[in-house]
Amino acid sequence: MSDGVFNALYQFQVSFAFLLLSAIGLAVIFGMMGVINLAHGEFMMLGAYITTIAATNGVPLGVAVLIAALGVAIFGAIVEILVVRRLYGRLLDSVAATWAVGLILSQGMLILTGPSMQGVSSPFGSFSVGPTSYSWYRVALGIVAVVLLALLYLLFMNTRFGLRARATIQNPSIARALGVNTAAMYTLTFALGSGLAGLAGGLFAPTTTIVPFFGTNYIVEAFVTVIVGGANALVGTPVAAALLGTINAFLGTNFGLYIGRVGLLLTTIIIIRVLPDGISGLLDRWRMRPDTTRSGR
Amino acid sequence: MALLTAENTAFMIFVIFMLIYPSTTDEFDLLNTAYFMAITLMALSLAMIWGKAGILSFGQTAFFGIGGYLYGIFTLNVLGSGATWLGMLVGVLVGGVVAAVLGYFMFYGGVNDVFVGLTTLALTLVLQTFMAQTAGPEWSVGEARLNGYNGMYVPQISIGDLPLYGKPLYFLYFGLLIGVYLVLRWLAGSRWGYGLLALQENRPRTETFGYNVRLMQVQVFCLAGSVAALSGVLYASWGSYIDPSSMGLTAAITPVIYVAIGGRRSLTAAMISSMILLKLSQSLASSAPEYALVIFGLLALLAVLFVPEGFVAALFNLLDRWLFRRPDENARGSPGAPARSGEVSQHG
Repeated sequence: MSDGVFNALYQFQVSFAFLLLSAIGLAVIFGMMGVINLAHGEFMMLGAYITTIAATNGVPLGVAVLIAALGVAIFGAIVEILVVRRLYGRLLDSVAATWAVGLILSQGMLILTGPSMQGVSSPFGSFSVGPTSYSWYRVALGIVAVVLLALLYLLFMNTRFGLRARATIQNPSIARALGVNTAAMYTLTFALGSGLAGLAGGLFAPTTTIVPFFGTNYIVEAFVTVIVGGANALVGTPVAAALLGTINAFLGTNFGLYIGRVGLLLTTIIIIRVLPDGISGLLDRWRMRPDTTRSGR
Repeated sequence: MALLTAENTAFMIFVIFMLIYPSTTDEFDLLNTAYFMAITLMALSLAMIWGKAGILSFGQTAFFGIGGYLYGIFTLNVLGSGATWLGMLVGVLVGGVVAAVLGYFMFYGGVNDVFVGLTTLALTLVLQTFMAQTAGPEWSVGEARLNGYNGMYVPQISIGDLPLYGKPLYFLYFGLLIGVYLVLRWLAGSRWGYGLLALQENRPRTETFGYNVRLMQVQVFCLAGSVAALSGVLYASWGSYIDPSSMGLTAAITPVIYVAIGGRRSLTAAMISSMILLKLSQSLASSAPEYALVIFGLLALLAVLFVPEGFVAALFNLLDRWLFRRPDENARGSPGAPARSGEVSQHG
């Protein structure tokens, strides 16, 4: 394998991992409730802070990341109960409200901890292929992304929670009639999505500096991935992450980081013109072709 | 529509106050207030698109930035008297065209609601990151150096060779603010405006009544984009300067917050609350800068949760009922709730 090909593959898997991990929590919440959590970036920031604080106090990094995921999940459940729950049926208002939550979080963190925090260094060291050196940790992120997808698949397809969640997505009123506590499902899903955001933030923490506006580095990627992926977090998000990861890695390596970002946005704008429901909408249409009577999610 | 409502009375008081204000204060305060008026135009653009058409856009700051930068680039390259006025037009037009193109892709693609918010927010952030990396000398358009975060020098609006300053500047900005406000109110009360009101309640139903919903959405998005661009032009000219932070995340939050707190369904409420909150934010900035955004965030959150029509608009409703003994006509339900029958004819 030549150095160039390896470099391209490496860049792709890094892009894929970052896109997928940033987006998956947002996608889970959106797919379930139709709510876009605009505090997503700040939830990631919270995860990064918890991880960093735990890790600098001697907790092993892996455990610190799990603590972050759990902590942010609990925080997400509280936000759902206090704010999001009151705004069902008022989607735009829930967007504005979560946006305000995000603002309070990032500004509050600025007040509490100051403009930046000593980060943890990224573990596992590096290796080189040809003249270029690569980080093992970023390779590990790719593996974590794939494992996480597998776990989510198992959670949604093989557990009682998953069954009820899918029932709630498909038709909330019938699910309620069959005895599913949909309000609890929404709280749990929001907590799950928030926990995934915290997990992503914790995983990204060693790769960058820890600042209160940490989340803004990733939310564009998260948004475009969810827009392109559509409502199905298990199918749409990974495909979108792979597609956008390819574009981002190609443009980013050849023309620089910013052009990569602009390319992501342009791709997204073109894709929504063609596929307003994203990739999962397209897949649904293929799957459901003979049956046109399917009601909305 | 009755003329004697709390909203119209508040508007008249606002106009009279703003007319008297220059004779009571010094030049510094006037310039400061001109800055508030420039930013308030952006809040108006958001109130128009969010409150009157149900489209939540986080892209108003992007159009704001486009207007400001284009104004600067144009006036720096086309020197001579009158260039600044042409530049103003160019900034507004380009902002409008970019909004129309983005709007075409979104609305004709069937993108709505939450996704419009996401797409416009992504546009804002991408534009900011793009402008942030233009620090090098290779990033210049003719005479205009973009300068990344160091900011770009922008000529001030001038008559002949004299830059406007003090009272003339104040009254120019005031005239533009009130002019735009009146045009928007007229549009919101026109047949087209009622169409917008209808489509935010129910798009398919509006379509079956023969309205071209997508076209109307692109139109209102383009209109709001132009107004936001005008706001950016006035801001850039006011400070003789523009930098990418004017389209950053914090900048994108502020109009949403002002409008959410004031009341998105009423242009008057949005305008007045934006002026007051800008003033408040400035006083907070000198005593406790880091708390300003937390307080505003909390206020916006409380408004969305408990007073969805906005604090100022809720006050208008109260006054309407107490002082003018009018029925509570603004108390529409949340977006998505069916409009009460007879509501439209009540306005007409």
